[in-house]
Order: sequence, then C-alpha cells, then structure tokens
Amino acid sequence: MLPELFFGYYASAIVIFSLLVVTRSNPVHSIMWMLLLFFHIAGLYLFLNAEFIAAIQVIVYAGAILVLFLFVVLLLNLREELKVKKFIGSWPAGLFIAAALLVIILSVVKSFVPGPAGKYSIEFIKQETHTKALGTLLYTDYLFPFEIASLVLLVAIIGAIVLAKRKKGN
Amino acid sequence: MVPLNWYLILSAAVFMIGVFGFLTRRNIIIIFMSVELMLNAVNISLVAFSHYLQDMRGQILVIFIITVAAAEAAIGFAIIIALFRNKDTVHVDEMDEMKG
Amino acid sequence: MNNYLLIPFLPLAAFLINILFGRKYLKENSHWVSILAVAGSWIVTVITLLDVLSGKIINEDLYSWIVSGEFKASVGFLIDQLTVVMLIVVTTCSALIHIYSIGYMRGDKGYYRFFAYLSLFTFCMLMLVMANNFLQLYFGWEGVGLCSYFLIGYYFDKKSASDAGKKAFIVNRFGDFGFGLGIIMIFLTFGTAYYAPVFSQAKNFAAQTVNFLGYDVHLMTLIALLLFCGSIGKSAQMPLHVWLPDAMEGPTPVSALIHAATMVTAGVFLVARCSPIFSLSETALTVVALTGAITALFAATIALVQKDIKRIIAYSTISQLGYMFLAAGVGAYGAGVFHLYTHSFFKALLFLCAGSVMHAMSGELDIQKMGGLKKYMPITYWTMLFASLSIAGMPGFAGFFSKDEILWLAYSGQSPVGKFVWVIGALVAFLTAFYSFRLIFLTFHGKFRGTHEQEHHLHESPKTMTVPLILLCIGAVASGWVGIPHLLGGGAHFMEFLKPVLGHSEANATHTEEWMVMAISTIAGFSGIGLAALFYLVKTDIPVRLAQKFNTVYKTLWNKYYVDELYSFIIVRPAIWTAKNILIGITDARIIEAVVNGVPKGLGEFSRILRKVQTGLVQRYAAIMALGLLIIVAYMLWR
Repeated sequence: MLPELFFGYYASAIVIFSLLVVTRSNPVHSIMWMLLLFFHIAGLYLFLNAEFIAAIQVIVYAGAILVLFLFVVLLLNLREELKVKKFIGSWPAGLFIAAALLVIILSVVKSFVPGPAGKYSIEFIKQETHTKALGTLLYTDYLFPFEIASLVLLVAIIGAIVLAKRKKGN
Repeated sequence: MVPLNWYLILSAAVFMIGVFGFLTRRNIIIIFMSVELMLNAVNISLVAFSHYLQDMRGQILVIFIITVAAAEAAIGFAIIIALFRNKDTVHVDEMDEMKG
Repeated sequence: MNNYLLIPFLPLAAFLINILFGRKYLKENSHWVSILAVAGSWIVTVITLLDVLSGKIINEDLYSWIVSGEFKASVGFLIDQLTVVMLIVVTTCSALIHIYSIGYMRGDKGYYRFFAYLSLFTFCMLMLVMANNFLQLYFGWEGVGLCSYFLIGYYFDKKSASDAGKKAFIVNRFGDFGFGLGIIMIFLTFGTAYYAPVFSQAKNFAAQTVNFLGYDVHLMTLIALLLFCGSIGKSAQMPLHVWLPDAMEGPTPVSALIHAATMVTAGVFLVARCSPIFSLSETALTVVALTGAITALFAATIALVQKDIKRIIAYSTISQLGYMFLAAGVGAYGAGVFHLYTHSFFKALLFLCAGSVMHAMSGELDIQKMGGLKKYMPITYWTMLFASLSIAGMPGFAGFFSKDEILWLAYSGQSPVGKFVWVIGALVAFLTAFYSFRLIFLTFHGKFRGTHEQEHHLHESPKTMTVPLILLCIGAVASGWVGIPHLLGGGAHFMEFLKPVLGHSEANATHTEEWMVMAISTIAGFSGIGLAALFYLVKTDIPVRLAQKFNTVYKTLWNKYYVDELYSFIIVRPAIWTAKNILIGITDARIIEAVVNGVPKGLGEFSRILRKVQTGLVQRYAAIMALGLLIIVAYMLWR
C-alpha cells in the first residue's frame, strides 16, 4: 500500500506541476514550478532504483538548464508579458490534438506486455552499486555514443556562442 | 508493487501536457519548457522500463537524452536571444517571416 | 598515304582557330592562319592531281557517320577526275581570293570573322566535292549555303545586306527541299546513298516508273529532276535566280569566291556527278538544257542595261551558269565542267577587278559615275580586259575553248533541243561580249564622271590585291589551253581526262560544220565587242536614244523582268499576310500564348490557394504534424 500511495503523491504532483508550468503567464513562475517538477521527477527515479539518474536530473536539469532558462528570462524585458494573452487564438485545437493523442496512447497502454527481464536485477545492482553498473556499461558497450555526446556538447557550446554573439555593426 | 502501466500513463499525461503547451503558448520560452517537459516524460517511461525489465540500457538512453537536452537548450536560447534582438518579441505568432 | 585528308581539314582547322582565338588574340593577323591552311590545301591538291593523273582513284570511308538498319552514311572521300578538277578550282580560287582579301578587308572590324567564314566555306565546299555519298554531299551543300548566308550578311548592320542573306537562304530552301527529296528517292530506290552502287545500278531501273502525286512517272526522270531542283537553287537558275544579284551585298571577295567561282557551280557539279542518272532520262536532260538556255538568255538581257558593276557581273554569272547547264543538258557534261573550270578563273577575276575598282572609287558601284579609270589603275584595267576577252570568247582565251566546246556539242549532239539551244547559246555569246565590254568601256574609257573628291582619291590597289589579279589573269587566259580541240591541233586533254567519269558525247557532224560553229561564235563575240565600242566609245548618244525609243523593253530589262515583284506578289506578301494575320493573330495570340500564359496563370491561382496554408507560424505546422501523427496512429489502431 505504501508504494502506491508514494507513487500516487508523486504522480499527481508531477501532473499538477506540469499543468502549472504550461499555464502560468509569468515565465518566472513557470520556471519555479518546473524546478519543483524536476525535483519530483528525481524522487520518482529514486523510487525506481535509479539514483545516478536522479542525481543528474537534479544537477543538470534543475542546476544547469533551469538556471539557463532563468538567465534568458531575466535578459528579456518581460513586464509586457503579464498583460498580453498567454495562448494563441486557436488553443482549443491544440488542446483537442493533445487530448486525442492522450486518449489513443492510454487506450494502448493496457495491452502492453513487458519482455523478458535482463540481468540487472535489484540484487545485482545492490551488489554492484548503481553508479558502477551504469559507468561500466557507458565506458564499454556505449563508449562510442558517449564520445559522440561529448562532441554534440562541444558543437552546442560553440554554436551558442556564435549565435548569441553581437555582430559588429549591429 | 506499482504496475509499470501507471508509469506509462503518467509519462503519457506529462508528454501530452507538454504537447499542449508547445502547440498553444505564445511565449517562446514557455514553448521551450514544454519541450523539456516532453523530454522528461520520455525519461520517466525509459527509467520505468529500465527498472521493470531489469535492463540498464534505458538509463543509458536517459543520460544521452539529458545531454542532448542540455545542448538543445544552449542552442535554443542562443537563437531566442538572436531573435529577440532582431524582432524585439518572444511571441511566436508574431514571427511569420516564412509566410508564403 | 591519306594526305588528301589535309585538303578539307586544314581549312576546318583554320576556321576553328580563327573563330576561337581570332577576336582576342589574332586580330589583324587572322589572315595568316587561313591563308597558310588554304595554301596547304592547294599544295596537297596538286599532289593529288598528279596521283589521279597517274591513274590512282581514291574511294574510301573515313568514319561511320550514321548507321541505322540498312541505312549507312559515312564521312567518305571519292577522289576521281571530276573531283580533282573541282579541287583545283576551289583551292586555287580560294587561295588567291584569301590573299586578295588581306588588302580588300584591311581595317574591317570583323577581320577575323571574315577569314573564319571564308575558311569554313572552303572546308564545306571541299567536303561537297570530295564526298563519296549523297549525304555528305548534302552536308557540304548546306554548309556552303550557310556560309554564303553568313558572308552575304557579313555587314549585318546594313539592312539590305541582312535581307539579302535571308533571301539567299530562303530561296535556296525551295531548291534544297527538292534535292533532299531526291536523295530520299535514291535511298528508297537503291537502298544506299553511296555513289558507286547507285551509279552502277542506275541502268537496272531505267524503265521503272513510280506513282508520284497520282501520275505514273519515270523513276529516273523523277530522281534527276528532284536533284536538279537543288541545282536550280544553288546555281541560281530560273526561276530561283533572284537571290544571286542580291547576294552582291556581301564583300566583293565573297562574291568572287562563293557567288562566281565555286559555290554556285556546285549545281553544275551535282548534275555532272549524277550524270549516270541524268543520262537515263531524256526528259530530265531536256529540262536541264532548256532551263540553262533560257536562263542564259534571260540573265544576259538583264545584264545589258544594269548600272551596278557587281550586279552586271552577277547576271553574267547566272548567264554563264546557264551555259553550263545547257552543256550538261545536251549530254556534254565534260564541256560543262570545262566551262565551269575556265569560268571560275575569269569570273573570279572580273569580280576581284570590280572590287579593286570599288576600292579606288570608295565603294561606288554605279558604272555611270566611273569612266577613264584606265590611267589610274593600269593593272586592274589590263587584267579585267583579259577577263572580259575571255568571257566574250575571243579566240585563244580560256573562255573561247570552253564556250566553243559547249556550242559545238550542242549543235552536233543527239539532244532533240540541241539545235535550238545552240541558237540561243550563240545569241548569248553575242550579248555576253556586248555587256562585258559595255562594262569595260564605261568604267575604264572616256572621261571620269564621278565627283572631284572621288577623282582625287583614285589609285591603284595595293600589292596584296593586284598580285592575285595577275595570277588569276594567267588562269583566265591560259586555263583553256588544256582543252584545245582536235580541230585546232590540240589534244582535248581535258575531255579525255574526264571521260572515265562523265563519258563522252559523240559528235556526228562534219569538220566543216565544226569550223562553221566556231566561226559563228567568234563572229558573235567580235560583233558584240564592236557594237559595245560603237555605243559607248564612238556614238555615246545611241544607248540613250534606244532606251527612249524602246522604253517598255528597257523598263522591263531594268526591272529584271519584274520577277522580284512577281515573287513578292505571289509568295512573299501572302506569306507575310499569313504570318501576320493567321500565325501571329490566331495561332500565336490565341493558341500558343493562351497555353503559355494559361499554365503559369493556373499554377499561380492554385498556389495562391495553397499559400494560405503556409502561414509562417511554426505552431501551426507543429499542430498539423501532431494531427498527422494522430490520424496515422488512430488508423493503425482501429483499422
């Protein structure tokens, strides 16, 4: 009973925070709700025995990406933002599409059958520790994608600087 | 024991909230946040799968998704700043340079 | 050795070099390329002539041009006696006229272009005469036509010149259409376009008839007449002669090379080359003979009254070409080719002298404004005098032997119209002498009738122009000496030389008659000169009085029998009317433009509707994408 209650709290909190994120007119408020949302998602990861993922969820998302959001919002002049419409004119259409997709996905979730279980059982991870198990995989089987990920980050850094730099003469 | 389906339903709900935000908000920063929301929804389902199938690959994928999300955020904000500098607006319905 | 290949391909190389590098790099030195090339051709031609004289005939394919089923056409060369005569004519005249052009064209802004075209023309003409199949002949035929068009319209910024170029091209279309059909008929009949099998098998089809436009026509007559259509156009015979006088708008060396010595004789060459076919059809031969005779007379009468120095010589050319066809028509192909050969020298010379006169007169063409030029330009005077003596058929000169040969063979041959065309020929000989010397006397004798400015400017032409005149003059005088008839103690070598290709026409008449024919043509020539001297040296008022007395006749001749006006009335104006009212007014405006404008207009309307979708709003696109996803997933779930 306890796990269900635990999940129920987290799930309802996540959905409510998500709704708050997309409906607030002040972006700063949205960011704050999103911060809470990310913490709750990290909690859910812990609940799923993924402590390393939970850690980087907090560090990268909450610590880095959200701060970036905040910076950008502060760079822009947003006093006007509070007075104008939040949604585009045809928002019911967007709502309909999202709702219809949700209905379709929910209708198929029931028929989902999980495949055979792998070797990373809870006992195995307990013995290995989660971070070590993940790190071993990352630096052996997934070394090449890992390196590519670093390249993607490098490109992103350079690209961001190039794009955001004030051009001479502007 | 919480069934896997609950996680999947949660994931779908968050994803669709993200889609709704993406399709309807005018502020491009909120649209970006909606995209992050969708990525997180996917992450939730991937971690859940990883747990229930006792397979680490789902979490490996999550790490890459977070990496790409970080990169995407950096580039995206650079574009937003460049746009704001030129157009003096963050409202996507006022940006229709590609109008035919 | 294949060194004969150099003959056509040296001028082609010169053309390519000049057209590619002439404007920027060669400029004033363009002539060196062309002259070296054509001189090289001439040297190889002489070597080839020696080969052929020793009995070596070349007939080989160089390159397969078109192979399609049974049909095969190649770039191939046939060098026999007839070809080599033409080669000598073409390369000699071409080389001398190239040299002459250095002086004549100096300072012209299109100098390199002129020499490029001249070389291209030489190439095409050589391909024409060296062909061993009808298709290559046709290639050369159209090639020289094209060059002729380029060169007539050389001064394209002058309206009359570009019009004359178009006229020449379009008039030739009429003839070439028939020629093309003739080649198709040959292929349908013989299954090949090569000369050798066609000519050897022609006899087998002698009696065959074919249904043409609902009539049963003798096959060989049909082919011969279709081929002759091409000749009529190219050699400016009646009724397609109208382009040649207008072609005089081109630079004078062009008139000399293309419109006197070489290209216009291609028609005669064609008839001579196809003599095995023509000989099988008496009808066709009669048509050829009568066309030639009538054209000769017709053009000679027009030449009597014209005042433009180049046009007089142009009509003289038409008239002399008529002579050649007259010869071919009575079966004396050899005599026709002989006249072609001598004519090319004296006619080219006449034109070049005219050019020299024009050069001195600052472009003046009207002989009534000339006179007394003899003392200013002696070389031009003497060379032109010799050329005129030659064309008038004075004994000893080249023209005498060839003209006499034609008249004698016309008189003595088996052709049913032989006697008739002989009478016309003799009459034309008289007229020829008259108008040639009218030109000489009006230009070089008497008092100068031009302006003082022109008189002050009079001078002999530079060396580059007078040297070719002198060399051509030697040809005009002496080229006939290779064909002195047996009667005068000669060996008639020229006829003997061509006998293997063209056959021999038997003369069945006595020596007395031969003397008589010769005497009559000589007397005709002398009396023509005498009359001209009387009219234009002694009693200069007679021509004016005659013109007043026979005003209608004079007007008709002056207006060239109103042929141009007639064509304008029955062909040109209806064609322009059709073009303006039907083709532009209906076809173009209502149909073609409706389609051409309708398609984009329709697309424009369609895109105007489609454009509405393209809002530029990213979220719309994303929504539609999501909607698409929705539809696809829904379809996959509940299908």
